[in-house]
Amino acid sequence: MGADSNQMLLRIDGLFKQFDRNVVLDGASLNVPRGSLVTVLGRSGAGKSVLLKCLADVIRPDSGSIHFDGRLLSIGDASARADFRRRCSFLFQSNALFDSLTALENVALPLEQTTDLSDKEIRERSLEALRQIELEAHQDRYPGQLSGGMQKRLALARAIVTRPELVLFDEPTAGLDPLRRNAVFAMIAKYQRQFGFTALVVTHDLTEALIASDRVALLDKGRMCFEGTPAEFSASTAAMVGDFRDSAEALGRTLAAIRRGEALQSEDS
Amino acid sequence: MLRAIGRYSLSIVHELGDFALFTGQAFRSAVGARRLGRRIVRAGFEQGVRCLPVILIVGMFTGLVLGLQGYYVLNRFGSESLLGTLVSLSLIRELGPALAALMLVGQAGSALAAELGIQRNTEQIAALETMGVSSHAYLVTPRLLAALVVYPMQTALFVTVGLWGGSLSGSVLLGLEPGVYWSSVEHAVKAQDVRECIIKAVTFGLLTISLCAYHGFNAHRCSSATGARAVSASTTRAVVQSSIIVLAADYIITSFLV
Repeated sequence: MGADSNQMLLRIDGLFKQFDRNVVLDGASLNVPRGSLVTVLGRSGAGKSVLLKCLADVIRPDSGSIHFDGRLLSIGDASARADFRRRCSFLFQSNALFDSLTALENVALPLEQTTDLSDKEIRERSLEALRQIELEAHQDRYPGQLSGGMQKRLALARAIVTRPELVLFDEPTAGLDPLRRNAVFAMIAKYQRQFGFTALVVTHDLTEALIASDRVALLDKGRMCFEGTPAEFSASTAAMVGDFRDSAEALGRTLAAIRRGEALQSEDS
Repeated sequence: MLRAIGRYSLSIVHELGDFALFTGQAFRSAVGARRLGRRIVRAGFEQGVRCLPVILIVGMFTGLVLGLQGYYVLNRFGSESLLGTLVSLSLIRELGPALAALMLVGQAGSALAAELGIQRNTEQIAALETMGVSSHAYLVTPRLLAALVVYPMQTALFVTVGLWGGSLSGSVLLGLEPGVYWSSVEHAVKAQDVRECIIKAVTFGLLTISLCAYHGFNAHRCSSATGARAVSASTTRAVVQSSIIVLAADYIITSFLV
């Protein structure tokens, strides 16, 4: 147990959440090893974002437990939650950048509001984060003046400026074309190794996730139906995993059947 | 019918309680908030400097109209010399605090409700919370504390410009001796009147800014709409409720202080 809690930075057990009568998380459990990049896959509406928001304390789960670095994050334990927030960052699907602040001010904000660093130190650390993410030249621009990819990088700079141990990524590639999806996953993998944080990513982009992740999990109907390495995922014979993994082949079969139907119809006529 | 009335009454009580907790939380968050001074100055600039033109224009026209109407009414009784008394007491006791507050609701309050509503919609408030930053301390507390300083200053400015407007009307346009006008102002205004004016300005500032912040901050709870329409609905509700509460509070304070 001791060795396990040392290895696991985050442990989620039986998380349950429902909105009115709609059960979104139905006993979801997940282990996130320290220093790894773990991706939670799932269809749209499977409960991925709710899982992440429960972790980030944006949504309060109805039941279940979350252990961070071996410590239970319970509602009553304010110090444990404060410690978790200090050591964890959240990257929103929408980036959630402050549109009335410049790129530099956005990155400096968490340092200004959560640390006792001097103005000079804050500026230096913020510029360093922007430099590492190759946005230093755009420090005086507002988020609205940056491209989608730059905004994503800026959100990542803001997330890592406090040097967190865990970064949660909510659908970082949603709505992006394949080239940009690759670029975002490459960026996450690169900075995850460079800064040494543990990354938990939720997405439905299978190909990129299997290439970039150390471990993958599959969430379906509020439950984790698979947890393992990308190789184990590819080899899995579980029905849900197969459906998700082979969705492209299934589409090919469906299209082939449609085309065959058209061919038959034209022969009939 | 009875059930509907009961449900509506309960929802009002619930919202009042929620609003009181929200305002209390904003004040409590001031303790230990980092770099609060800077944010108060910025909020003071937004509420004060940006509202300056409208305060000056409305204050001047209020004084001009008061001077004009007051002169013709007093002229009927041969009491034009009391024009300064009428203008100064009307402005200091009632019109100054109330109209300045209504101008600030329209300018700063609506902007605040819309800004917070959009920040709620675009997950900026949630982002603050995930960073371990108190959204109350960062977004609401500075505005509330700035309002306690800015509102009385704006009201004082409104009254001063209004008095000059009254003088312009009465003396320059209608021929009343300026010395008579300003002398009656000096004799009429007592310390109690100024105190009443300040009490009203501080109360209105507190009520309107906290109400506008409350509606913007909770735009996502709007039951009748979502997204941009929820922001629009919460901003409208903030402005309407703030305007009503300014006039209601004005009556209550006046009835206690007179």
